[in-house]
Amino acid sequence: MTAVESPPAAPATAEPVRRRRVRSTEEKVWGTVRVLTIVFLVLITVVPFWYMIVLSLRPIQQVLLDPGRIWVSFSELTAGSYRAVFRSGDNGGQGFLLFLRNSAIVAVLTTAVTLLAAIPGAYAVSRLRFGGRKLISGLFLVVYLFPPMVLAIPLFVLFTRIGLRGSLPGLALVYVAQTVPVAIFMLRNYFETIPESLEEAGLIDGLTHLGVLRRISLPLAVPSVVATALYVFMIAWNEFLFALLFLLERPDRWTVSLGLSRLSGSIEVPSTVLMAGSVVLTVPIVVLFFVAERRLVEGLTAGGEKG
Amino acid sequence: MALLAETPPESGAPDRTPRRGLSGMRRQEARTGRLLLSPTVLIVVLIVVLPIIWAVSLAFQRARLLNIRRVGLVGNYTLDNFSRVLQSDGFWSTLWTTVVYTVGGTIGSIGLGLVAALALRRPFRGRGAVRAVMLLPYITPVVAATFVWTVALDPQFGIVNAWGTLFLGWNEAIPFLSTPQSHLFGIPVPTALLVVIAFETWRYFPFAFLFLVARMQAIPGDLDEAARVDGASIWQRFTNVVWPQLLPVIALLALLRFIFTFNKFDDVYLLTGGGANTEVISVRVYEFLTARKDVGLAAAQAVVLALVLVGLIVIYLRAQARADRSAGR
Repeated sequence: MTAVESPPAAPATAEPVRRRRVRSTEEKVWGTVRVLTIVFLVLITVVPFWYMIVLSLRPIQQVLLDPGRIWVSFSELTAGSYRAVFRSGDNGGQGFLLFLRNSAIVAVLTTAVTLLAAIPGAYAVSRLRFGGRKLISGLFLVVYLFPPMVLAIPLFVLFTRIGLRGSLPGLALVYVAQTVPVAIFMLRNYFETIPESLEEAGLIDGLTHLGVLRRISLPLAVPSVVATALYVFMIAWNEFLFALLFLLERPDRWTVSLGLSRLSGSIEVPSTVLMAGSVVLTVPIVVLFFVAERRLVEGLTAGGEKG
Repeated sequence: MALLAETPPESGAPDRTPRRGLSGMRRQEARTGRLLLSPTVLIVVLIVVLPIIWAVSLAFQRARLLNIRRVGLVGNYTLDNFSRVLQSDGFWSTLWTTVVYTVGGTIGSIGLGLVAALALRRPFRGRGAVRAVMLLPYITPVVAATFVWTVALDPQFGIVNAWGTLFLGWNEAIPFLSTPQSHLFGIPVPTALLVVIAFETWRYFPFAFLFLVARMQAIPGDLDEAARVDGASIWQRFTNVVWPQLLPVIALLALLRFIFTFNKFDDVYLLTGGGANTEVISVRVYEFLTARKDVGLAAAQAVVLALVLVGLIVIYLRAQARADRSAGR
């Protein structure tokens, strides 16, 4: 949802330079308001993350002495918080390597299964005619908008009963059920932009519908598949409620989100360590997002130049 | 993204060609279609639909986590849980808090998203970077985002209080997240609730921003230009040209944000744990489920949550339909 929507970056200087119109007072005032607004928006989005990084690199004693500082001086720079975060639990650390592994397992599993189900599903919804399609669309919409809390109760009870609580694949299955409908909507929008004549040509050449999907539609839809995968991965990586309900009793299965949230409860864990953990949790998703966003734009523009 | 905006593609005009081969193909097409969708439908029915039906059934039974093995789909149905939910301490105040939080968060995030979309409408150097950076609050994991806020607002070592006492002359540090109410110029304000709403605004304005930017790009440029040539002021151009074009998206956004915020659990749970008069319904359901281990009560409370939500959506859609009719659309 996020990635697909963000439009490609605008060319640096699109405004023609030669436009000598006298700017009225009104325009000047609004121009100033605009600049101030942009500065404000950048500040509220960047400063919290800057603050997070700064705290994660300062020793806690210094933070307590001088809490208002928003930079790290060279002399106090320390990686101690990160060491505490990564050291395994047996060595008195927080064992985030294990949590990272768990999160990766759940997120990759969720993404793979979701795409495996959603790609054929989206193709069916966008291209094939069959009864009950409207009903299914309605069902997906309800899944998308339904309060997760209502779903959490029976799943909690059910998983307790059949012993799936504490299982990472079990958790991934719940994520799949919640992300598949959105993934189908995202992919469907893209499949519908592929010229139908291409696919008809494939059918005439003797391909089955599955063959058309595999040989023609899917290769064309790669940018959209990447965007969808990214979105699903992000949801699975960031999710908190179901991880909390299903994994709480099994510290060796905690995801990064859950492990981090459990740290805040104890008094011995200083907030600098909390911030280091937050950086560890956030960095993968931000890196992935920016890398894939550029890829996406590149993929789209490259196709445009060739075609 | 615009899940609600689009209507599913119509199955086309029924093409009544009497050729036999074609109807065979049609049948085969339908079969393939169902086959391709069946894994998805199976997962959704098993993991979402059936459990929800079971949740509704649990709401009508005496079900504790301890005796859960004996509780099935059908049992001794009773309205007990619902009467306990409705009469329990704090039910109405929780509902009220949820509504205030939802309305505040919805208006806040859409409002700030609109401001951002307008400010970034005309190109400038570095717009792409600003746009990307503005998505940060939305893509960041909720646990990390709430922790930054919690630490920044901490009365002991938080930067907000440090700067507040240093530059703004506050007499003492304010424990924002544990203060139910404070007085600002003599007016009582629900401090913690406002902070939670501010968090919601901050975290979800990029969501509104993305929707609005996509719509704004579709506004024909000459419309705006014509208004400018006619001597319309910037404000007039906004209210007469841009705003009417954005209105349908804003209506859709309002509906989506309202639903999502109303259902929200993790933001409030992680920021305040539901303390300081910020308990929303989802947090309450969670407490019933885990602290009291009363599955039936939790399910009843969750069903009430869903019903209130549906009721509010119906009211909203009715009001919108009426507004559309009176606007002659």
